[in-house]
Amino acid sequence: MNLQEIQSKIEAALPGIRLKPVRESLLIEDAAMLPKVAAFLKNDPVLALDYLSSVTGADYLKYLESVYHLYSVEKKTGPVVLRVRVTRDSPRIPSLVPIYRGAEFQEREAFDMYGLYFENHPDLRRIFMWEGFEGFPMRKDYEQEDSEILETADIEWLDRHGAKVPEGMRKKAADLKAQGKRAVAEKTGKSIE
Amino acid sequence: MMEKMFEVQDPVNHDTQTLQVNIGPQHPSTHGVFRMNVVLDGETVVSLKPVMGYLHRNHEQIAENISYTASMPYTDRLDYFNSMSNNFAWALAVEKLANLDVPERAQYIRVIMAELTRLVNHVSVIGFLLNDLGAFFTPVLYAFREREKILDIFEEVSGARMMCNFLRFGGIKRDLPAGTLERIKEVIQNFPKFLDEFETLLTKNEILCMRCQNVGVLPAELAVNASITGPMLRASGVNYDVRKADKYSIYDRFDFKIPLGQTGDVYDRYYCRVLEMRESLKILQQALRDIPVTGEIISKKMAPFVKAPRNFKPPVGEAYGRVEAPKGELGFYVVSDGTPQPWRYHVRAPSLINLTILEDLCIGHKVADAIVILGSIDIVLGEVDH
Repeated sequence: MNLQEIQSKIEAALPGIRLKPVRESLLIEDAAMLPKVAAFLKNDPVLALDYLSSVTGADYLKYLESVYHLYSVEKKTGPVVLRVRVTRDSPRIPSLVPIYRGAEFQEREAFDMYGLYFENHPDLRRIFMWEGFEGFPMRKDYEQEDSEILETADIEWLDRHGAKVPEGMRKKAADLKAQGKRAVAEKTGKSIE
Repeated sequence: MMEKMFEVQDPVNHDTQTLQVNIGPQHPSTHGVFRMNVVLDGETVVSLKPVMGYLHRNHEQIAENISYTASMPYTDRLDYFNSMSNNFAWALAVEKLANLDVPERAQYIRVIMAELTRLVNHVSVIGFLLNDLGAFFTPVLYAFREREKILDIFEEVSGARMMCNFLRFGGIKRDLPAGTLERIKEVIQNFPKFLDEFETLLTKNEILCMRCQNVGVLPAELAVNASITGPMLRASGVNYDVRKADKYSIYDRFDFKIPLGQTGDVYDRYYCRVLEMRESLKILQQALRDIPVTGEIISKKMAPFVKAPRNFKPPVGEAYGRVEAPKGELGFYVVSDGTPQPWRYHVRAPSLINLTILEDLCIGHKVADAIVILGSIDIVLGEVDH
C-alpha cells in the first residue's frame, strides 16, 4: 500500500484530519491528532502497524519536529513515517506510550535532547543528561563553546600559571571581548523544509 | 530518642520495610557504567529504574558537525563489540539517501563480515551471561578464545580488531588480502566443534536450566509493543528478523532459518543465540561459496570521494536504514540538507530500546535474577548512552 492510499484511508477513518505528504512521510498538521492516527494504523487489520521502530526529534529552526517510523511485525511491511511539527514556544506533543510502550525511552531521549514535551508520558525525565542540566543540547541554537578558541579569562588564567600564550591567540581573545562575544562553536548547514 | 528509633510504624501490618539499592554504575554485572535503581522487599525486586547516560557523548551532535564518511569510525564506538554491523547500518542509510548501488563482491564481503560479527557478539554475550550466573570467567574465556580467531580476521581485513571502520558508502574500504577467505573458511569449519563443546557444557547444565528457565518471561505481545528486537524478540516466539523482512543487501540469496523460542525466558534467549550462530555459519558457508573471485569493491559513483570524502554531498532528503545487528534492529535516520554534514543524524540503538521492559521482567524476581535478566538482554553501554 503506497503513501497516498494510506493517506486517503486515514482521512476516511478520521474525518476532519489534515495530512500533508512530506518526503515520503505524512505530516499530521494538528499534533493533538497523533495518538488517534497511530491507534488507527495499529489496529487496522490490513496495515497492522504494530511496531514503532524509531521516535526522534529534529530541529528545523522555524519549528521542531518529531518523526515516527512504524513497521508491521505481523505483515513484515513498512515503514510508514509520520511526523508532527510544533513551534519552539510550545513544543507539546501527545505521547505515544499508551499505544506503543517502545516509545518510552525514545520520547525521553527526544525530550532530553530537543525539549519536546510529550504529554501523558508516564515518566518524562532527562535520560542521558543529568538532572538540573539546562537547555537542550541537540537544538540548533544551543550554544556550545569552541574548545579551540581561548577567551580572555582563559588567557589570564594561563598567564597566572606562567604558561606561554601565542600572540595570535591573545589577539583573537581580545577581539572577541571587544565585540562582546563568547567563543561559541559555529554550526554548519542550512535548514530545509 | 531510642524509643523513637524502635517505634513500630504499623503494628497491624507486619510488612517489612523496603530497601533502596543502587546496583552500579561501577558493578561488574552491569556490563559497563549502568545503574539500576532497585527497590527491594527482602530479596524480591519491587521496582527497578534503569539510569543511564554515564557514557553520553552526544554522538548525534558530533555526527551533525562532521562529514558523512567521518561518522563511520564513530559508529564503531556505538556497540564496540560489533563495529562491522554498525558500519553496515550507517552505510545502508546513506546509500538509500544518495541512491548508491554496491558492487557484487563488496556485498558478499559485507555479509561475511556482518555474520562473523554476529558470531563474535553471541559467543561473548553467552560467556558474559554465564559470568552473571556465577560461572566465573571459564565460559567467557572459552568464548573469547573463539572470538579472538575472528578478531584476527578483522585485523587482517581492516587493520583493527574491534574498531574496524571497514565499510564505505557504496562499498568497502579495501579488498580482502590474499588468503583471507581460506582462513575464514578454516575458522568456520572449526566453529561448530567449539559450539558443540560449548553446548555440551551448558545447554543441559542443571544449574543453568534452574537459574534461567521461567526467569524474566517476556510475552510476545509485550515484546512487539515495547519495540523489542533481535534475539530477545525471537526468543519470545515472534518471527521477525530484519534480514528476512527487509531483505537488505543480498540476504534474499541465502537459505537460513530464524530460530524462535517458546516461552521467552532467559533460557530461550540463551538458546536462540546458540541457534542463531549455527544459522550464521550456514549463511557464511553459502557466502564463501558464491563470492565472486574478483570485482569492484566500491561503486563508481563514490570513486571520486574516496580521497576527498568532504566533497560528498548527498541530495536533499531523508532516509532510514536499518540492519539486523546482533543485538537487534540498528537503524540510522539521516536528513541531508545538501551540505557535506547531515542536518539530522539519529541512531536507533537496540540496546537502549530493549531496556524499556527491564523493570517488567524483573519485578517479583530475586535480585540475583535481575542480574541474569540484564545479562540476557545483552546491552553495550557505548550504544545505550550514545
